[in-house]
Amino acid sequence: MDAQTIIAKRVALELRSGMLVNLGIGIPTLVANYVPGDLKVFFQSENGLIGSGPIPEQGMEHPMLTDAGGRPISALPGACVFDSAMSFGLIRGGHVDMTVLGGLQVDGQGYLANWTIPGKMVPGMGGAMDLVSGAKRVVVAMQHTAKGKSKIVKKCNLPLTSARIVDLVVTDMAVIGFPGGKATLLETAPGVSVADVIANTEAELVVAAKVPEMAI
Amino acid sequence: MRTVSLEEAVAMIPDGASVMIGGFMGVGAPERLLDELVRQRKSNLYVIANDACVPGKGIGKLVDAGLITRMIASHIGLNPKAQQQMIANKMSIDLIPQGTLVERIRAGGCGLGGILTPTGVGTSVEQGKQKIEVAGKTYLLETALHADFALVHSFLADYQGNLQYALTARNFNPVMAMAADTVIVTAEHIVPVGVVAPDHVVTPGPLVDYLVANG
Repeated sequence: MDAQTIIAKRVALELRSGMLVNLGIGIPTLVANYVPGDLKVFFQSENGLIGSGPIPEQGMEHPMLTDAGGRPISALPGACVFDSAMSFGLIRGGHVDMTVLGGLQVDGQGYLANWTIPGKMVPGMGGAMDLVSGAKRVVVAMQHTAKGKSKIVKKCNLPLTSARIVDLVVTDMAVIGFPGGKATLLETAPGVSVADVIANTEAELVVAAKVPEMAI
Repeated sequence: MRTVSLEEAVAMIPDGASVMIGGFMGVGAPERLLDELVRQRKSNLYVIANDACVPGKGIGKLVDAGLITRMIASHIGLNPKAQQQMIANKMSIDLIPQGTLVERIRAGGCGLGGILTPTGVGTSVEQGKQKIEVAGKTYLLETALHADFALVHSFLADYQGNLQYALTARNFNPVMAMAADTVIVTAEHIVPVGVVAPDHVVTPGPLVDYLVANG
């Protein structure tokens, strides 16, 4: 299993029936591929849709039905559309049960930086700040390391996305939570040891009494 | 409401105007008006829109032609030309959270001076903004946005200006149609009054100043 598949499959285990879920661009988008068949989950696309479905077959795309990256998507029966004020009212207003976002850094306290590398990358925050401020549950889906460096850092040195602490980080090596504001190792990826995770994590990790392997 | 030609519609927009432009990554963008802005070389524009789209599409066409000097947007990450112009100081871009952007526009169209939002508290977005505590929670005061023109694209428009949108092409369009002195609309289809049922009208006709003729 490659890193992205591990992350997407593990995040999918966080889904519950009836949830309204917003998936960010990148790895988070892949989570939709691993929804257990018996779960009815509502996916929101921030550009104004609840009930987004898989990428349409070639020739079945509609130019006015796209995801937040402008790529064609489909709408499942029961889908609904709305304007951007409603879309962000849903997000900021606490109506979204869970958001899954990518990350550049998450620190030992659970703060997330995911929208800019000053001087290098200035894309803008899009909907990320509203999502982290307003969703009931914030899950970060990202690789554990980038270019050999840990993305779970002691303290974020990139600009923060929100003053709110994230709930869960799922990487290709581990699942990390933040009970009491302290990064805590909850699970490891298949074939990864607790020592491997600690060696690849810059932040100090509390190790839970029992650290099971991801059930993916 | 008056029906005008594409050329007439854009001729009303002076250089230096503030212009809200509907669309999300070009989906639901008033492409014909954008093409005509480029053809008439309207310059020094102050654009308020969700994003800078990609080169060659939507607002990306205005960026390509160097017509924008100031922009408020939530995301320009998919338009390298916009990022280059921003870094080279050819275009000043305020990047703000998308929910804040749309709500500031909504406020501008609804007679509100601004809104209080928790988004951006504790981040670089709060710099220079007033913080207000309400019931123990901290919010940023974000002021309303209003523009000289709103360029809106709809799916159906009737000859009274009632508008209906399609799928994710709705996005910022109906919100912007409230927030500008002059609202100019293009539509995929222009239909007789009555074809858009009252229940399906999203933007009420009296908000629309000019409807651009098709064909």
